[in-house]
Amino acid sequence: MRRQSNRLGEGGIIDRSKPVTFTFDGAPYQGYQGDTLASALLANGVTLVGRSFKYHRPRGVLSAGSEEPNALVELRSENYREANTKATMVELFDGLSASSQNRWPSLRLDFMSINSLLSPIFVAGFYYKTFMWPAALWEKLYEPAIRRAAGLGRAAQGEDPDHYEKATAHCDVLVVGGGAAGLNAALNAARSGARVILADENAQLGGRALDDGLPIDGAPPVQWIDSVREQLEREPNVVVMRRTTVFGVYDTGTYGALERVSDHLAQAKHGFPRQRLWRIIAKRTILATGATERPIVFGGNDRPGVMLASAFRTYLNRYGVAPGRRIVVFTNNDSGALTAAEAALAGLEVVAIVDSRRGLSAEISKAASTAGTRMISGGVVIDTVGKAKLSGVVIRTGEGEDVRLSCDCLVMSGGWNPNLQLTTHLGGKPTWNDAIAAFVPGTHPPGMSVAGAAGGSFGLKDALDEGAKAGSEAVASLGWKVAGPASPRADNQPYGIRPLWLVEASKSKALVDFQNDVTAADIALAAREGFQSVEHLKRYTTLGMATDQGRTSNVNALAIMAKATDRSIPETGMTVARPPYSPVAIGALAGHHRGKSFKAVRRPPSYAWAKANGGVFVETGLWLRPAYFPKSDERDWFETVCREVKTVRSAVGVCDVSTLGKVDVQGKDAGEFLDKIYMNGLKTLPIGKARYGGMLREDGIFMDDGTIARLGEHHYFVTTTTANAVKAFQHMEFCAQWLWPSLDVQLISATEQWAQYAVAGPKSRDLLRKIIDPEFDISDEAFPYLQVGKITVCGGIKGRLFRLSFSGERAYEIAVPARYGDALMRALMDAGQEFGVCPYGAEALAVMRIEKGHISGPELNGNTTPRDVGLGDMIAKKKDFIGRVLGERPGIIDPDRPSLIGFRPVDKNMRMRSGAHIVPLSAPATAANDQGYLTSVAYSPTVGDWIALGLLKRGPERIGEKVRAVDPVRNEEYVVEVVNPCFVDPEGEKLRG
Amino acid sequence: MRIQCPCCGERSLDEFTYYGDASVTRPNAFAPTAMSDYHAYVYQRDNRDGDHRELWYHAAGCHACLVVTRNVRSHIISDVRIAREVARERDAAALPGSTS
Ligand SMILES: [Zn+2]
Repeated sequence: MRRQSNRLGEGGIIDRSKPVTFTFDGAPYQGYQGDTLASALLANGVTLVGRSFKYHRPRGVLSAGSEEPNALVELRSENYREANTKATMVELFDGLSASSQNRWPSLRLDFMSINSLLSPIFVAGFYYKTFMWPAALWEKLYEPAIRRAAGLGRAAQGEDPDHYEKATAHCDVLVVGGGAAGLNAALNAARSGARVILADENAQLGGRALDDGLPIDGAPPVQWIDSVREQLEREPNVVVMRRTTVFGVYDTGTYGALERVSDHLAQAKHGFPRQRLWRIIAKRTILATGATERPIVFGGNDRPGVMLASAFRTYLNRYGVAPGRRIVVFTNNDSGALTAAEAALAGLEVVAIVDSRRGLSAEISKAASTAGTRMISGGVVIDTVGKAKLSGVVIRTGEGEDVRLSCDCLVMSGGWNPNLQLTTHLGGKPTWNDAIAAFVPGTHPPGMSVAGAAGGSFGLKDALDEGAKAGSEAVASLGWKVAGPASPRADNQPYGIRPLWLVEASKSKALVDFQNDVTAADIALAAREGFQSVEHLKRYTTLGMATDQGRTSNVNALAIMAKATDRSIPETGMTVARPPYSPVAIGALAGHHRGKSFKAVRRPPSYAWAKANGGVFVETGLWLRPAYFPKSDERDWFETVCREVKTVRSAVGVCDVSTLGKVDVQGKDAGEFLDKIYMNGLKTLPIGKARYGGMLREDGIFMDDGTIARLGEHHYFVTTTTANAVKAFQHMEFCAQWLWPSLDVQLISATEQWAQYAVAGPKSRDLLRKIIDPEFDISDEAFPYLQVGKITVCGGIKGRLFRLSFSGERAYEIAVPARYGDALMRALMDAGQEFGVCPYGAEALAVMRIEKGHISGPELNGNTTPRDVGLGDMIAKKKDFIGRVLGERPGIIDPDRPSLIGFRPVDKNMRMRSGAHIVPLSAPATAANDQGYLTSVAYSPTVGDWIALGLLKRGPERIGEKVRAVDPVRNEEYVVEVVNPCFVDPEGEKLRG
Repeated sequence: MRIQCPCCGERSLDEFTYYGDASVTRPNAFAPTAMSDYHAYVYQRDNRDGDHRELWYHAAGCHACLVVTRNVRSHIISDVRIAREVARERDAAALPGSTS
């Protein structure tokens, strides 16, 4: 293992007593607890960490934070593998394995860097221009080739073995960012007793205060930061969330945040998620997200060894790492002085300070003389020298001379951009501030205030003071008592920026967007070709569209475009940031809602019995319903279903129908209410009777159907289909509350309160006689078809009996409170033994309803009207009901509309399948000749043949006609005969017994 | 978005179901102009900027329908009322002889 050649002898807040071993591209290295992957790589002298997206240019570490566009790596292995992770944000842990991306076969020897030589054709809009024709080659040839050449990391192929969770938090004040401003805001707000959440994306609080090392209260900043952290963590009303990125602002004070719970560990601790997605609801928010330093756009500015000055100071102060030994500072503002002083203090050689401003700034010249360094005023770096590592720079001095200096690290500062993204998520527009040459927040989302560098106040004292003020104002505005704002002592640093947007003297590639490989020349080209609006520029060049959302590039690009088109920067525009501020894994958004936990499972009351008795289940919405109950000697489901149907038609069967939606309707106006929401008359329904009901949408289309039973003068009990249970109930609530608010009617969903079983077949009454207590008369005289009544079963358990039939047999539905459902199922099966009872599932139920020509989901498909499904006669003539008026539109009542009819194959061996379309016998199978389709198909053991229901143009008039069923999906075609849709007992004699 | 339910307090959007425009009133089905009235009622909607009165049903809460006044640009909710009360006022105002 190599020595950490670039680790300074002292300094930093890493724990040197805890060495950590990791690998990069297979080679082992050592860092310390507290390092990031980037700082540890730099400590080991690894400067080449990746290849760029398009040109495969060698890339090093540019930044020290979440804005990093270059140092993207793949972490971990196999299904834990994650691509495009910023090395600057990866906390080092023992055994971490990381590899570079986008190189083949290796990082040093990358064949694809040929792209760089071909770069004249790889300019902006290249994809659009080159691969226009022939379009057929796009999918097969161009796209795979481009993807191989210009890929990023590889996603894991298998299921993500980590798990993720979601949580919600409420607070009075949310502070986003734990730097000087944020810490002081949280501290001042917390003193009032208000609930405060402080979220910071890093593992350590402190932000730039920690990075820059400037004194607070006359001591190193880490002392003040630690003491505030301890105070906050002690307060019961404060939650400090580290490693948590607030990534989005949503309406009404809702914030999205991602907590990286276990990213810094080799493996999540047992019972802990990898990441946690937070929804934070805050009454007030203080944005203290700081600022991001801008690179300077000059030739070769992406060579490994070129780094942001702020990042350089972070590596020195936070990690005790020297990114280089011979430093050139390139700046357009006074922060160059701080950088040079820090470098000199760390014992590094500061070769030169190149200050693009003319006229010596007092700060800079003082720093230059202290560091004993060469001062180049009014100069610019025009090129860099080296291959995969910087070895020197070419400088054009203020006098126009080109000078070559050797160095191994160039640190640049093009000024600062406030991290104002969260202020724009709800549509706020930033405004341009000429004094600091940057956009600052314009309008804020409701309840948000901004403190410190995020608002353009870059000095440390300003950050602390503004944080204090924002913190106490936020709680005061919520009515909390708070003492005046309090801040520790600190100084502001001079800034004195004079913009330098582009070093025009550069000849070589000057990168603007490092991650998407967009150069200054690309922007100039876009300007020449007329893509001058920011949104066009973005789409044409892909600038700012990488995972870093252009945090280091957007403003530079805008300024270059402004210059090229002779406009001011604010005239040129500003792209609006959208959530997320930094990438969020899909896994985190899904949380536990994946696989079997994707949605809830509802089990009907007889589930345990059915499971124990070999039931095979089918998902119906959220419900798990038994589909059929195979016996051990049965070959397949087909044989089972046929047996179940035959048993019901010849003896008796029991089916759990509890999944049907059930609504209890009560009130003086309950009947009138039901008359309004069903197309047929219900007010006249006698007490103790049930009736079929059809519910329409206001546009006349069939919405749902079911039965309505009248249990008392002002008491009805309504069922809906299983699939529409929730929708139909909510529709009824809407009607009662909004359409007819003065009707006296109350609704409650009783779907889960009742276990309800269909007991069907010629022996059904005999079976029920053994279950229902003897004082209840269920003879046909006392309990005819469509009778309903209250009963007790099994010695006093209250229940209800409905004489309804979906199968066409003599049949009843018996209901008991759900807690007795399991016991009743067992009782029914025991009592039914002597009659040859069998349980039947959804499949047999469906076969029997097709045999009877009853409509169900496939016919009530959101396109059909009552007339279409043969129920036109039920539509009430005199009353108002939902769907009455628009249901009479000419197009809806057109007799040419496909309507319900039955079909049988002419060739008896032919199996029909639903979905087949119907065309006339001799006409070609074209859309123009399409006359309808098969909706429901089953093999009928009763008929001994395949039967179908379908919708056919003028169907009922065409009984006896032969037509063709055409199924282009399965490539089948067969002749079918149009028949009556009721295949079994059309007179309904069995039904009435 | 969060809605201040008069019954339940401020609740997250995922508890509510949208039920459309609250500014349309179901027409008389027996009026001579019923067909065109219903066409307008079901299909024709303005798409105006500014405040919009709309119905939200508190499905995962109290089951009340609410009339929410929401600015469609800023999503700021300026008023929430129980729909049944609003509907009763609407119906009372529509009675013949009513002053409004
Ligand atoms: Zn509510």
